[in-house]
Amino acid sequence: MTLPEALSFLVIVFAGTGGELAVSRAMKQIGEVHDFSPRNVASVIGRAFRIGWMWFGISLMTAAFFALLAMLSWENVSFVIPVTALSYVAGAFGGQYLLGERIPTKRWLGVLLVCVGVALVCIS
Amino acid sequence: MSLVKPKRNLHAKTISFIALMVFFGPLGDVFLRMGMKRIGAIESWTLPSTLHYFRLIITSGAIWLGIGSLLMFFVCYLMVLSWADYSFVQPASAVSYLVVALLGICVLGEAVSSGRWLGVAVICLGVLLVGHTPARTTEEPS
Repeated sequence: MTLPEALSFLVIVFAGTGGELAVSRAMKQIGEVHDFSPRNVASVIGRAFRIGWMWFGISLMTAAFFALLAMLSWENVSFVIPVTALSYVAGAFGGQYLLGERIPTKRWLGVLLVCVGVALVCIS
Repeated sequence: MSLVKPKRNLHAKTISFIALMVFFGPLGDVFLRMGMKRIGAIESWTLPSTLHYFRLIITSGAIWLGIGSLLMFFVCYLMVLSWADYSFVQPASAVSYLVVALLGICVLGEAVSSGRWLGVAVICLGVLLVGHTPARTTEEPS
């Protein structure tokens, strides 16, 4: 892996996960959506975009998106996407410590298996 | 005060939206890959070269199809995050890696090694475990 590829990889994992955690925080402030009519979905998204966390999350995810575009121009999609799955570890920790989610043992095991799968993909 | 939905309904609703994410997400990635493959790798990171590269990206039809699919993915993602744990949604949507590998083979003609298939299988096993945990562990804000 070259230096630009490694840097892109770090941005994809950490900016991507941080952005998703921020977006998740914004959506939790909105509350559970029950009505999925286009009008209501548009209204929910409109309300979400009036929350600061949403913009912070989108900014981080935008950085991750352009890093992904660069990475996709260098490597095959079936290699790039699984490798970015390391963000699952960061996501689980972020969910627990930043969003106050209670993660059962089974879910931690699942995340661990995802990581093992990622390692297998990387060495293959 | 919000109505408390039966747990099974919440789980089914969560899985349905994750299924939509798993469909639109990989589809978007494959369109982006198609677009970037046609454009090729950036030659240098100077300002004129980067601007030219950016113009090539935003005038590519495949890139816009990819962005459209990823927007659909994002809407489903926002909806599911309004009630489900991030630590549930994120690993559960890892099934998309299987879809990506399949689309890579079928649409882009890429080769996927047996070792990579094994990795994808282990990822899916992890997703199954995550799927057997409650979709929401936090209280809904009042």
